[in-house]
Amino acid sequence: MTDVAVEDYAALVRDDRVHTSLYRDAAIFEAEMDRIFKNSWVWVAHASEIADRNSYKTSYVGRQPVIVTRDKDGQVHVLLNRCRHRAASICEARKGKSSVFVCPYHGWSYNVDGSLRKVPYAEGYRDDFDKAEFSLVSLRTEDYNGMIFATFREDIQPLAEYLGPARKWIDLFMKQGAGFGVKALGEHRFRFPGNWKIQLENTTDAYHFPIVHKTFLSSLDEETENLMDVLGQGGWVEDLGNGHSVMVMIPDLIDLEDNLHAPIPERFADLAAELAAEGHADDQVRRIVRAVGGSGFNLNLFPNVACSMAFFRVLRPISVEETEIQHIAIGMDGGPEAGNRMRMRLHEHFQGPMGFGTPDDAEGWERVQRGAQAGDDLWIMLNRGVEAPEGRAAPGHNAGDVSAETGMRAAYQMWKRMMAV
Amino acid sequence: MTTLTETRNPASADLAPIGLVEAQAFVWAEAELLDRHDYLPWLALWTEDGRYIIPIERDADDYAAVLNIAYDDGEMREARVKRLRSGFSMSSAPPARTVRTVSRFVVETSEPGALVLRAAQIIVEYKYTRTRTLAADVTYRLVREGERLLLDRKVVTLINSDDTLHGIGYLF
Repeated sequence: MTDVAVEDYAALVRDDRVHTSLYRDAAIFEAEMDRIFKNSWVWVAHASEIADRNSYKTSYVGRQPVIVTRDKDGQVHVLLNRCRHRAASICEARKGKSSVFVCPYHGWSYNVDGSLRKVPYAEGYRDDFDKAEFSLVSLRTEDYNGMIFATFREDIQPLAEYLGPARKWIDLFMKQGAGFGVKALGEHRFRFPGNWKIQLENTTDAYHFPIVHKTFLSSLDEETENLMDVLGQGGWVEDLGNGHSVMVMIPDLIDLEDNLHAPIPERFADLAAELAAEGHADDQVRRIVRAVGGSGFNLNLFPNVACSMAFFRVLRPISVEETEIQHIAIGMDGGPEAGNRMRMRLHEHFQGPMGFGTPDDAEGWERVQRGAQAGDDLWIMLNRGVEAPEGRAAPGHNAGDVSAETGMRAAYQMWKRMMAV
Repeated sequence: MTTLTETRNPASADLAPIGLVEAQAFVWAEAELLDRHDYLPWLALWTEDGRYIIPIERDADDYAAVLNIAYDDGEMREARVKRLRSGFSMSSAPPARTVRTVSRFVVETSEPGALVLRAAQIIVEYKYTRTRTLAADVTYRLVREGERLLLDRKVVTLINSDDTLHGIGYLF
């Protein structure tokens, strides 16, 4: 593919379309890894995944493997997973607990804050060998309401500022903790042979839902199927700036602490009875049940994470035509077990390699990548829904009806800003 | 996890032991149904309370307490089969072709009218010019009901269950 002769990336993104080379040009992918993933806040973990002192998980910032650790003072560190001696990865476990990381090759050991603790047979080095020079490379790390991000850049704006109006939506999303706090319950991991931006778009694409997920919808009871009529409830998509966007599908489920006295849906009747039998007061039962049902919106945070209805969706670019996805199930941290079990069953129903939703999404994304091989100068159209519905979004924000491609346009405008440097 | 008597109804149980050859024949017939995507007869192979489980975690004591790839009771199995047969699921219309073998059988426990069997399963999957191989440890709990055997539990632990998978538009 040679349709981008010069690095005029700005010309590839117009207000209502982007050029197909964004999906298939390997040189653009390389530039993205540099200009986007090394220049912005990239999500690496939820605080509950490393809740204890000395716990850690492995993750990625762009293509670079990192270890996310919590030290004995509770401080979070994001460290490049590479020994400073001869580059071996020092941790291959997905998660765990350790007060020290030892490189398996020559035994250099590091503290969880990344500082070099000990070098075996140190007498082989000159007297001026300074351990302080060989700490694991530590990235700038900040978190907002449990969402931990890292960046290679010391000089970009603070995370809170980068998130801007998206913070309000993160706060709303975390009400799924029902006052207990939010905890990661487990995750599905899968790959699809396609570009990462296809997945990024999908999280803000309500248009596909009744089409691609017809078989999911028809597996639901009638009440839930009506609830999941995401195009028919007056929802909207709003550009939140910096490439972030929110897509509200079920306006009734924006604030889970509202409408607590609405009737409990039939599918939660058994759970409500079980919680009542466990001694929870009626108000608390209603709050938990409503939290278990999940939020009614998808919050897309540029470039790699979404708070999607009832789970975190994390993308990791592998190559121009390969992307890895994590769907992290969340529940109540210390909340009633029955509620969390129901959350996991609901998650399994739609998500994951054998869910009723995910495989069809993944197939759709693969079909986009396959189809995008055709045509020499064709564009990906993002022109749906350019008129804002009245009175919905916050003043000053670009918004469209729920099936508008507003969120995709927002992401690509951010892409353009970051790539055209 | 593999207590034989958990879901048995002693009143109706036919307590003749289940032999390895009989169990193998059942497992192979089931495997062939799945390769043919012949899901309605597959549904009929199960006990009412049977559980079909595709775990993520390899050593969970209680799969109900953790996130799985699939954790199906009878209702979910029916919904799953309805979905796969509907023609409206992009990932299963058409589905990948599969050819599977089940072997390396080991009897874990045998009691009157019930058998827990461990086996290895290799599936070769083909779709869109791509051929993949998937390996799994499978544990079956079979029970006798009248003239036939039924599946009371099937746990398919993929060799990479806790790693990255891809969309699966068929059954293991």
